[in-house]
Amino acid sequence: MAKPAKVLLNVPAVKADFPIFQRKIRDKRLVYLDSAATSQKPRQVIDATSDFYSRYNANVHRAIYELGEEATREFEGAREKVADFIRAKSPNEIVFTKSTTESLNLVAYGYGVKGKIEKGDEIVGTVMEHHSNHVPWHFVKDHKGAVLKYVDVTDEGMLKMEQYDELLSKRTKIVTVTLCSNVLGTINPVKEIAKRAHEVGAVCVVDAAQAAPHMPIDVQSLGADFLAFSGHKMLGPTGIGILYGTAEVLEATEPLLGGGEMIREVHLGRASWNDVPYKFEGGTPNIAGVIGLGAAVDYLTKLGMEAVRAHEMEVTQYALDEIRRIKGVTIYGPKDVKRKAGVLAFTIGNAHPHDIASILDVDGICIRSGHHCAQPLMERYDLPATARASFYVYNDLDDVDALMAGIRKVQEVFA
Amino acid sequence: MAASDLYQEHILDHYKHPRNKGPLPGASLNAKDSNPLCGDEVVLHLKVDGSQRISEVRFEGQGCAISQASASMLTTIVKGVTIPEAEALERDAILKELGIPLSAVRLKCALLSLQVLKLALRNAPDARA
Repeated sequence: MAKPAKVLLNVPAVKADFPIFQRKIRDKRLVYLDSAATSQKPRQVIDATSDFYSRYNANVHRAIYELGEEATREFEGAREKVADFIRAKSPNEIVFTKSTTESLNLVAYGYGVKGKIEKGDEIVGTVMEHHSNHVPWHFVKDHKGAVLKYVDVTDEGMLKMEQYDELLSKRTKIVTVTLCSNVLGTINPVKEIAKRAHEVGAVCVVDAAQAAPHMPIDVQSLGADFLAFSGHKMLGPTGIGILYGTAEVLEATEPLLGGGEMIREVHLGRASWNDVPYKFEGGTPNIAGVIGLGAAVDYLTKLGMEAVRAHEMEVTQYALDEIRRIKGVTIYGPKDVKRKAGVLAFTIGNAHPHDIASILDVDGICIRSGHHCAQPLMERYDLPATARASFYVYNDLDDVDALMAGIRKVQEVFA
Repeated sequence: MAASDLYQEHILDHYKHPRNKGPLPGASLNAKDSNPLCGDEVVLHLKVDGSQRISEVRFEGQGCAISQASASMLTTIVKGVTIPEAEALERDAILKELGIPLSAVRLKCALLSLQVLKLALRNAPDARA
């Protein structure tokens, strides 16, 4: 079959920016199809991080000398870049954490456990959430007596929106939903979900860990009150997460960590908090991580998030077309790339996904296998595990071909 | 390395045609464990006779080829051995039987059934008592 001629990103040029693609895996070229777990890093991000350590390493915010001022300028500059990246109104709406998980825990703890949630208040989630958007809400249930409700998914992997309407009521205080499923790739209608949440007076929490790296995000247009994502899935360093919150909800959220930086005044036995967002950033932050994240945002902005999304739609469409030509392979999630990100979960007959991953690994192809930290979703589909390939800016149609050849090899082994 | 190095004929044979698979009514020792990483699951049933010998063994389970083939191999190893012999069984016995290079992650799959055996034996009557 002829490959589509349209090329939206110059993949060879992109790939050349990523040093890891120079290495071989058992003498084979590296085919990296696990960006939904973590992305690879371009030289620009690696350099920004090492540049901080080698040229202007100093603690941020309080140093009265040149190095400290440079570090603070770069650190706060990254906050501005992130704010622009998701169209926030102000950099003060951007809180740095260590991960999406920490961001969601901060909301559940600071807005839920220590905040306004009362016994009997309802929190509406969905069965397709990652564990990091399930377990923190269990804490709110356990500590405050909140009631947890879940929107189910259709067999095709879409949220049952009519059921969502039925679950909403005046008791609903929080609606929490992933913008993009890390298993099915489903892109959820968050704008509509947030609108309906606001109509009953609830706030909308959005897990954008799988969305922010792959598509343009506009928090104001989405209507997100909180939105969490991670640096390491969007070409940035590990150990840096982001929590966006509107000024209103961040003011109503209590800090998770007490310590330096997050205070205004401390006396024995009592303290008052610094302003938003600093009241959430107790302790020396991951300065190198934030600066690296800023470089990642620059890199993605230069490619253009519209182009990134269009490129991934093209690769995903090709993968869907090719995989459907192989008999005995089951794919999960929507088949329409307009509703699906570059995440492809599949099983091959009775072959266990771990065996699939091992066989592909022999040829230097990296995919994920397992429950993808989404056990409730796997239970919903009665699956112990799936294999999952995911695409990003450095993947091209040759990578998809390599995956298909690997799948055929798995079928030969388990024939 | 080729895929056939990892998935050698004898492993696929045990996976596709498992030995001693199924329930074992009247088993005196039973244990179950799973590998949360893969969702591999192995249940082991043992019948022990009057002389502390494992007279019958069956396994049930689901999961990857490595975990299920190793469970099948384990049953052939422990059938007919005494409880103390089974207790002394080391991981190398299983790994030797598998005979393939395994990464640290896949090692957990390979050793799951041995772990279940040790769990089952915890409830064995102490022969020295």
